Amino acid sequence: MRAFAALITQLGYTRSRNAKVALIADYLRATPDPDRGWALAALTGEADFAAVKSSAVRAMAMERVDPELFRLSRDFVGDTAETVALIWPEMGTPANDLRLADAVDSFASVSRARAPTLLAEYMDQLDSDGRYALIKLATGAMRVGISARLAKTAFAQAFGVDVDAVEEVWHALAPPYASLFAWGEGGPRPDPEGTPYFRPFMLAHPLEDGTVDLADYAAEWKWDGIRIQIVRIGDQVKLFSRGGDDITAAFPDIAANMPVEGVFDGELLVRGQAQMGEAASFNALQQRLGRKTVSAKMLAEAPAFVRLYDVLIDGTEDLRLLPWHLRRARLEQRVTALPADRFDLSQIIAASDFGELGRIRDGARDAAIEGVMLKRRDSLYVPGRRVGLWYKCKRDPLTADCVMMYAQRGSGKRSSFYSDYTFGCWTEDGELVPVGKAYSGFSDTELKWLDKFVRQNTLNRFGPVREVEKSLVLEVAFDSIHESKRHKSGIAMRFPRIARLRRDKPAAEADTVAALKAFIT
Amino acid sequence: MAQTQHWIEPFPHGIYVRPADAWIDPSRPVPRALVTHGHADHARGGHGAVWATPETLAIINLRYGRYADEHAVDYGSSIELGGVRISFHPAGHVLGSAQIRLEYQGETVVVTGDFKRRPDPSCAPFELVPCDIFITEATFGLPVFRHPPTPDEIAKLLAMLHAHPQGCVLVGAYALGKAQRVIAELRDAGFEDPIYLHGALEKMCALYAEHGIDLGELRPVAGADKSELMGRIILAPPSALADRWSRRLPDPVTSMASGWMRVRARAQQRGVELPLIISDHADWDELTQTIRDVAPREVWVTHGREEALLRWCELHQVKARALALVGREDEDDA
Repeated sequence: MRAFAALITQLGYTRSRNAKVALIADYLRATPDPDRGWALAALTGEADFAAVKSSAVRAMAMERVDPELFRLSRDFVGDTAETVALIWPEMGTPANDLRLADAVDSFASVSRARAPTLLAEYMDQLDSDGRYALIKLATGAMRVGISARLAKTAFAQAFGVDVDAVEEVWHALAPPYASLFAWGEGGPRPDPEGTPYFRPFMLAHPLEDGTVDLADYAAEWKWDGIRIQIVRIGDQVKLFSRGGDDITAAFPDIAANMPVEGVFDGELLVRGQAQMGEAASFNALQQRLGRKTVSAKMLAEAPAFVRLYDVLIDGTEDLRLLPWHLRRARLEQRVTALPADRFDLSQIIAASDFGELGRIRDGARDAAIEGVMLKRRDSLYVPGRRVGLWYKCKRDPLTADCVMMYAQRGSGKRSSFYSDYTFGCWTEDGELVPVGKAYSGFSDTELKWLDKFVRQNTLNRFGPVREVEKSLVLEVAFDSIHESKRHKSGIAMRFPRIARLRRDKPAAEADTVAALKAFIT
Repeated sequence: MAQTQHWIEPFPHGIYVRPADAWIDPSRPVPRALVTHGHADHARGGHGAVWATPETLAIINLRYGRYADEHAVDYGSSIELGGVRISFHPAGHVLGSAQIRLEYQGETVVVTGDFKRRPDPSCAPFELVPCDIFITEATFGLPVFRHPPTPDEIAKLLAMLHAHPQGCVLVGAYALGKAQRVIAELRDAGFEDPIYLHGALEKMCALYAEHGIDLGELRPVAGADKSELMGRIILAPPSALADRWSRRLPDPVTSMASGWMRVRARAQQRGVELPLIISDHADWDELTQTIRDVAPREVWVTHGREEALLRWCELHQVKARALALVGREDEDDA
């Protein structure tokens, strides 16, 4: 545990990507199995223990610390795990180091009721860095500035293998990755044949400026659902989200209707009654996301379907090293064998030049269209984001002028800054009601200014939240607006962010709720 | 016995001692001031008459110039103003730092200014002064603040230096107190190499040396070339860490010596790669232990995380109140 705690602490204070990779690689080489496998699982976000949640961490802390002192400390530190690690009484470091794998085994088998006690026993055996690392590991929320990709890169560097080869088999493996480490140390590459596993997605770059030659690129709609991979091998079918999470259980209507073997890439959408059976907005899809089971009523009201983009593997034939236009031809052939109510093809948009494409894009205010994709006709299917192959052009965001109403301190790096803002618009009665909350879009300099504004214009304090003088206009950008019964304003914004600070604009001239309702899709 | 609230009164800009017509650490110019120590949030310019320790007056003279009427009061000796007996006692915070003890008609008040309890080779150790009203700071008044033993932090600094021979370690340390303490602690740990200084630290280090604090060989960064600075410890004020100034250094590891370094996000916000938890303020355990040791009738809290310290007093049945003084606490000096 000491080596892992030291790694987590050092990673927290290391800025350079290469230095982070080197730290992890050194750790993976120097640490025995299965501890290093569990560490790798923690860094890639694959370690998850159902019984140990942040509520267990809080419950444990309350046993030892006055709740009011804990609350004040948590508010200052901005992170529950770190607060517990720092506030825990020091018991002196014991001679024996806790084995990471032993802690993992106990977390995996402990009951929810006993989890706080177990965690507390470990806390008593560790110093503050150890406590921090163990809580982060146990709750599965490392947030130490390491992406899963970076951890896999470190593995590849540690053992001199290709990172894309690691990615390819990664999702077929489970912690503590004994076969992966065996491969790294000279054994055979893990062979997941016969299991339906996730292949890394090919992603697109935003087309920010400039254009491309449409002779080289095919255009299709960027649908506003969730990117999905459907895998069938033998009679096993799995659905994976963009990050490789298994979401099969939430969409049995798709899983049960996939008769063809292979690996397909598409967009998961639901049909809406308001859209006459066509694709409904993301909001409708959201009702079905994140469920372990789904009711018959829901299956009937919001039936799911997949709009297919690509085929990676046809039967058992890997097509990823074929150019896009050949894969597309194969996909068009295959789709005829799929049930039409569950699968259709994402159509190619015919546009001869960029001006025409722009007009088509801007004219499309379809509920489920987010923008346009451009795919190089000869592009191979390569994992991740590669320059020059695929581009996405989103529609310009919508904007509204809103007034800051409340501010809350951020967490992590922003724990001392008021960085989360609730903003409102005017009702017909001249009342300001909240319409959304944003915590991004501004620069570090603007953040400092906003933080100062909040501190100097505080009307009331409610714990970590401050109510401010209703004087600052924020230009808020957002992707779309939906009706919402949960909000007083009756609307909810999708992906709101601060576009500009409008210090020049009087609050009374901010937008009205009625004006925002006109954007509802 | 006198009723405290009639002769000593807190205002947002300082504590007023009515019979003496004097202010303690006022944040705006007053005719008569009693000053606990030389940090900018306690010692301001523009006062008429000022009473402070000789070291504090020397520091103020160096940083802000002279007051019209200065009175040096040694630790332990006392003066009388308007029937109030006033004495200065070591606070263990920085060179010359004092707690001010006030006695009027049989009642005693101690104002700590800023203080710490643990040993510091660069100033006189804290002295426990019994009193009825204990007016304390609470900069680190949250139970998450527990400063580790200073020798452990110094060992981390030296280990980093040895692991990084082709570069240097740049330590951000406040110009008054922290910088000299870090140097003195390094000397105590047996480190004898020359230590390099940012120009803003030179004069204060010289003043400490004149007061008998042995800081060993100090050299200015100005004029030294990159190869000379390799493998060296370099001290600079925290504001210089991310400044263009640091570009002249050979591959510096950025470090900072401050009690705030206990919280990861605080270190990360400043881009600190080697946080050193070295503070000139009492940590939570020292604050609460000091209240227990002094065992006053009442605790008043001047500045810092007063809410939590008040909560602790409530849990331990100690009568306490917050004064909410303004203009205190420059983050860098913690």
